[in-house]
Amino acid sequence: MARSVTTQRKSLNTFIAWTIGLLIFFPILWTILTSFKTEAQAIADPPVWFFFDWTLENYRVVQERSNYSRFLWNSIIIAGGSTILGMIIAIPAAWSMAFVPSNRTKDILLWMLSTKMLPAVGVLYPIYLIFIRFGLLDTRIGLTLVLMLINLPIMVWMLYTYFKEIPGEILEAARMDGAGLKEEILYVLTPMAIPGIASTVLLNIILAWNEAFWTLNLTAARAAPLTAFIASYSSPEGLFYAKLSAASTMAIAPILILGWFSQKQLVRGLTFGAVK
Amino acid sequence: MSTKASRSAARLMLAPAVILLLGWMLVPLTLTLIFSFQRYLPLRGGFQGWVGFENYVRFVTSSAFWPSVQATVIIVGGVLLITVTLGILLAILLDQPMWGQGMVRILVIAPFFVMPTVSGLVWKNMFMDPNNGLLSHLWRSVGADPIIWLSDASMLSIILIVSWQWLPFATLILLTAIQSLDSEQLEAAEMDGAPMLSRFWHIILPHLARAITIVILIQTIFLLAIFAEIFVTTQGSFGTRTLTYLIFQRVLESQNVGLGSAGGIYAVILANIFALFLMRIVGKNLDR
Amino acid sequence: MRLGKSLVASTALALIAASGAYAQTLTIATVNNGDMIRMQALSGAFTEATGINLEWVILEENILRQRVTQDIATSGGQFDVMTIGMYEAPIWAERGWLVSLDDLPEDYDIDDILPAMRAGLSHEGTLYAAPFYGESSMVMYRTDLMEAAGLEMPEEPTWDDIAEAAAAMTDRDNNINGICIRGRAGWGENMAFITTVANSFGARWFNEDWEAQLDSPEWLEAVTFYNDLLQNYGPPGAANNGFNENLTLFQQGRCGMWIDATVAASFVTNPSDSTVADSVGFALAPNKDGLDKRANWLWAWALAIPAGTQQEEAAMEFINWATSKDYLELVAEREGWANVPPGSRSSLYENPEYAEVPFADMTLRSINAADPNNPTVDPVPYVGIQFVAIPEWAGIGTQVGQEFSAMVAGQQTPEQALARAQALVTDEMEAAGY
Repeated sequence: MARSVTTQRKSLNTFIAWTIGLLIFFPILWTILTSFKTEAQAIADPPVWFFFDWTLENYRVVQERSNYSRFLWNSIIIAGGSTILGMIIAIPAAWSMAFVPSNRTKDILLWMLSTKMLPAVGVLYPIYLIFIRFGLLDTRIGLTLVLMLINLPIMVWMLYTYFKEIPGEILEAARMDGAGLKEEILYVLTPMAIPGIASTVLLNIILAWNEAFWTLNLTAARAAPLTAFIASYSSPEGLFYAKLSAASTMAIAPILILGWFSQKQLVRGLTFGAVK
Repeated sequence: MSTKASRSAARLMLAPAVILLLGWMLVPLTLTLIFSFQRYLPLRGGFQGWVGFENYVRFVTSSAFWPSVQATVIIVGGVLLITVTLGILLAILLDQPMWGQGMVRILVIAPFFVMPTVSGLVWKNMFMDPNNGLLSHLWRSVGADPIIWLSDASMLSIILIVSWQWLPFATLILLTAIQSLDSEQLEAAEMDGAPMLSRFWHIILPHLARAITIVILIQTIFLLAIFAEIFVTTQGSFGTRTLTYLIFQRVLESQNVGLGSAGGIYAVILANIFALFLMRIVGKNLDR
Repeated sequence: MRLGKSLVASTALALIAASGAYAQTLTIATVNNGDMIRMQALSGAFTEATGINLEWVILEENILRQRVTQDIATSGGQFDVMTIGMYEAPIWAERGWLVSLDDLPEDYDIDDILPAMRAGLSHEGTLYAAPFYGESSMVMYRTDLMEAAGLEMPEEPTWDDIAEAAAAMTDRDNNINGICIRGRAGWGENMAFITTVANSFGARWFNEDWEAQLDSPEWLEAVTFYNDLLQNYGPPGAANNGFNENLTLFQQGRCGMWIDATVAASFVTNPSDSTVADSVGFALAPNKDGLDKRANWLWAWALAIPAGTQQEEAAMEFINWATSKDYLELVAEREGWANVPPGSRSSLYENPEYAEVPFADMTLRSINAADPNNPTVDPVPYVGIQFVAIPEWAGIGTQVGQEFSAMVAGQQTPEQALARAQALVTDEMEAAGY
């Protein structure tokens, strides 16, 4: 039964929603616009909106100073790698907790989340020393491991809540039909779990991409991702809004585009068990 | 229902995650604990002897400690308040029929993809700068004196920046929850002539309770750790020094690892008390 | 025969491949200041000449400091060349963390380095970091605004002259602030400036027994003066303004005066960035009437090699290139003499072409007026003008800086800021075991 609404009400909704949406999006839009201005136009008062001499100069300057493609590549490897690795570990864990619960399941789950409470700055020295010991400083593998570990609790939890919503009766029915554990996972659970997995993967990529403490502290040149790239543009001498905007746009564009294309998948599974 | 075989299989599947996280927690925590009982000054050559609980006493008796706890609570609380309240309103709005719903959702979701360093830098320079920021232009254009955001309204500024980043997350989760609300129930109430406010209060809000707790729990975990936003804007000045930032100052600026480690242990304890409290509530919800 | 030939060929190939694999790569950590970015842009010439590849890690000042300090203290070995300052060099050298630069070749002409810079970057007479550029602080002012106000800036102004000029040039309706000075918290930001003001008022950080002296009347007078200047004639939001923010303001013509690093002179007189390029005058940093101590600091950004690097020789070669006389000429050739990294070598100031640069003379005079061993009127147990060369300083300076920054933002009085600072410094020194 669809709710019927008047066109008038719909128009009003549309107007309000678009206004708010644009307001929220505005800082990003402004950054992107500014990245195509000259430094003088970037600080002009009154501000210039769309009618200025669009220039790619800032992007050229940024690219000349930093090898963007390497930072980008490192970000992709680290965010992607930590997500894949994390999923390999998180899926079985979440599966077993959701379908073979014991009376300790909830405690384990909550304990896992509590490991995220460890303040990163408090353990920086220990981790740094361990990294030196094992030669992991400024390596992608080291960073991949750390990001996988810090996001693992969230992944397990998200998957767990999603798996739990898969009705048990389906499994029982499958078992009655003689399906073994393997078939059960492969043919029954996986198709049902895909939206949850897709959403977890996306959320994890976003979190790993934007992580700005470990990525900055454990890398120098070879493994430095885009969070380190932006750290060299925070306050150069003189006017820098346009260059900062260009660098910012370069840092967020890949993930923004990925996010927009996959937002349906992201939203579908992003419930953390909020819906019952 | 489960057999012995599936039980041991389940344990095997759970093991890697548990072992890894246990290692990730225990190894650094143990080292931090050890450091916290030492006078450990890297710039003076590292280990300088055992000092018992001296670092712990010094950390809490320092004049910066309680203000930092207070700042943490205000920032976390403020961001939660804003994101949850606006998130509910926005979720209800987005649930209404309109043109271009998908596009609006894309606009609303966007800040979540922006890395904290970038959002801190952009807000600080391009919006909140009292001389060249867009907000100062706006204020001047109506003849007002620009607000000096980062010093005169430092807390508000940080809360605004962080809320901007987390509003999408809250909105999305709450939106999914609202969409699962039985629309027939709502319509029945509507036909009974229940006013909008009462419908919101008696039907929508209770339905969202679970989603709200989850938003609060997850955001709290991330908000307790916010660092980049403060580092690139106020650097802890003007009362924005959170506990995390204070530890950062002790460890990396003063290079007093012992003292900072003691602070780290305090932060773990405080965060866990907070989390325990929250998880009790969520845990109850998980059972339901 | 044929076999032999192909063997030789393949061996040769293998050798080439091997030498390719062993082509050296240096990792260089540096600040995102204009001069360093120029060095990065010009470094292709170095790679071409030596075959040594360079990896650049260019970070904002605060992040850079934190990263290199962390790395050197734990011997992380992530960098082969580090950009450090006059504060770090002697402390790290004392710990044995830096490679001595005595082995630089003859033609590097180590004696050409300005004595003040060499002294500040040495430990027990040995140079541990080669200055890339050096600076003191001085007054930069708008000649056109001064003229309009009917005033003239003396070459050696007192603080009273500065206050008078600031009052005369302030024009709020036209968005012109009489004076721009640092208010942003940080030991290398507002504390550098405030400490020099304090020095010139006869205040000191510690007495000879390492007891904090921030409760002295000299400190109160200095800090009150600084605060009044900013409150009355400073730009809005001064509590957030550091070097870069003030530079932007000055270039936009929003400041009557700016007291800051001498190195800024080339940026404010560069017509492509600065709207006021042709009306900037320079004067020595001020002193207080009756006291013979000027408020100028001494600083150098220098290149150093962390002990334990596998590539000491290549690193040495790079430092030899980047801080050489030839590098100065390379920059002069490409960008003009005004853009040469200043304040590191005597020969630069003997160069007749460089003498024509409007700020050359004042920069040298400012540098020569600074004395790190006697920063203030009374004797002190520490070395350093705008800093105290002890490991605890970075922490102390930044925290005290936050108190003063809150004062500039109007959140506390100078008395309150100093009382808190005194308590905090005493506490930190105690924690460090003094």
